[in-house]
Amino acid sequence: MKTKRTPMDILNNLLMIAVLVCCIYPFYCLLTTSLTDPTKPQQWFFIFPTRISFKAYGEIFTNNQILGPVAVSLSRAVVGTIITLVCSSLFAYLVTQKLLPGRGMIYRLMVVTMYLNAGMIPWVVTMVNYGLKNSFLVYVVPTALSAFYVILIKTYIESIPAEIEESAKIDGAGFFRIFISIIIPISTPILGAVAMFSAVNQWNSWYDNLMLVQENNLRTLQLMLYQVMNNMKVVMNDPRSAAQASVMNRPSMLSVRSAIAMVSVVPVLVAYPFLQRSFTKGIMLGAVKG
Amino acid sequence: MKKKLALFRGPGGAERGKLLLISVPFIVFILAFNYVPLLWWSISFFRYYPGIPFDKLEFIGLQNFRFLFYDGAMILKVIRNTFALSGLIILTLPVPAIFAILLNELRSNKLKKTVQTFSTIPYFISYVLLYLAFVTLLSPSDGMLNELLVNQLGLLSRPITVMTNEKLAWLVQTFVYLFKNLGYNAILYLSAIASIDPSLYDAASVDGAGRLQKILHVTVPGLIPTFVVLLVLGLGSILSGAGFEQYYVFGNPMVLDRLEVIDTYTYKLGIIQGNYSFGTAISMLKSVVSIVLLLVANATVKKVRGSALF
Repeated sequence: MKTKRTPMDILNNLLMIAVLVCCIYPFYCLLTTSLTDPTKPQQWFFIFPTRISFKAYGEIFTNNQILGPVAVSLSRAVVGTIITLVCSSLFAYLVTQKLLPGRGMIYRLMVVTMYLNAGMIPWVVTMVNYGLKNSFLVYVVPTALSAFYVILIKTYIESIPAEIEESAKIDGAGFFRIFISIIIPISTPILGAVAMFSAVNQWNSWYDNLMLVQENNLRTLQLMLYQVMNNMKVVMNDPRSAAQASVMNRPSMLSVRSAIAMVSVVPVLVAYPFLQRSFTKGIMLGAVKG
Repeated sequence: MKKKLALFRGPGGAERGKLLLISVPFIVFILAFNYVPLLWWSISFFRYYPGIPFDKLEFIGLQNFRFLFYDGAMILKVIRNTFALSGLIILTLPVPAIFAILLNELRSNKLKKTVQTFSTIPYFISYVLLYLAFVTLLSPSDGMLNELLVNQLGLLSRPITVMTNEKLAWLVQTFVYLFKNLGYNAILYLSAIASIDPSLYDAASVDGAGRLQKILHVTVPGLIPTFVVLLVLGLGSILSGAGFEQYYVFGNPMVLDRLEVIDTYTYKLGIIQGNYSFGTAISMLKSVVSIVLLLVANATVKKVRGSALF
């Protein structure tokens, strides 16, 4: 049944388009700023980058400072996600096993951690005492099991018809065998969603870096960006910075900073559309459960 | 001993033992990373520095909790900021629901999909980057907004400040929070809308309900359970607000008076100044109060509505 468009519809359309623009524009601005050559006069560069220049990108990739942090963030995203996927899904499958003694209690032990949090300093002290200070492991080990992911995966596994598992058991397949050759292949949609969440979280994470890692060669891209930005807070209020940059024929700090920002956002934006569908499904599953 | 072992005898007994054995490392891990930190709460009663053996720790009783009284003015300010910022977040809780309803009412499925996809992106963008994007737009010296208003259009003679404006600080933070979470929370509401029984809408049509009436009498009641869950969670995290990262990244000396919240205060005292015992004392108080708030909110909602978060 199709009804006519009312003025309210048009208003609603406009409002939604405005929201859409609001969500895209700030990042578009960063992009144009990173591409703008500040040695030329700026003209309406907030809509079209009129003087495109890749100087800022050249600058950040040639002075080598960014490559280390990019490597750290990339490795924590890859390693951390693999660890999270393996541990959380195995644990989720484990607590669906009716034969596991005390499985309700074990599952609750995990779920309670969503609400029960010791707080910032006790967490830091614990990590220091485990010897995780200034170690790459602090990025990827504590995140191995997360209540949220476990709930998502467990809910999904429980929706798999029990007969499939039963018949595999009759054929003599053990716990790990069934997990690897039946549960994992069937659960790929939810595992994809969890992988997306985890990878983006790892890539964006710098809290642990700020609290526990001082070593420069373990610095994440986000913390580096934060530090560059903080130095900029001083320079930013100095109108000469752009002028000085133009005298030296080098990109301004503003462009450089925006270029680093683009480097840190592009992987997220590229991965996003591919996984958006599965992740929406994931939240909805969680919402049904919650 | 025999009784315990009986669990692992008979049909499925070996399997039970095996499963329990597999679960041991997981239980140890959960305890080590989620429950051991709770034991560290005890150092708030000692003078603790990393590396000192436990038997050499000096017991100082409640000395760490005296800050509540002697640094009263600062504490009051921190608590005021925390409550103001969280209060504003709780006030904006209906916004994602309204957004979801409007999105659902769009005639064009294509536009609906597009808006939904793009409005979720900010949720996946880190706070550092978000801050940069906001500065690029709003900075008084080279931000786009001021460039446009002052230099291009000549509407203003002096640039306006947003990020460093103390009066706007709370509102700006609320906006940032909304910007980041609007699309994500809307997905929760959209899934609630999707699960509303379509026959309810048909019945409403038969009764002569218009579009607005259908929204008010069918859609909105269908969203209440989701809203309540988010409200309970919001009340439970009233001492955190949007969380440490947002306030830490967006904080600058000009607005610190308004943005110093419990988490950033704890960080400064505990990590920067290295006073672990003191930081732990604040962390512990915060966690205990948060849990109590969550339980009270949950119990209240349960009493009123019959069901709640747990």
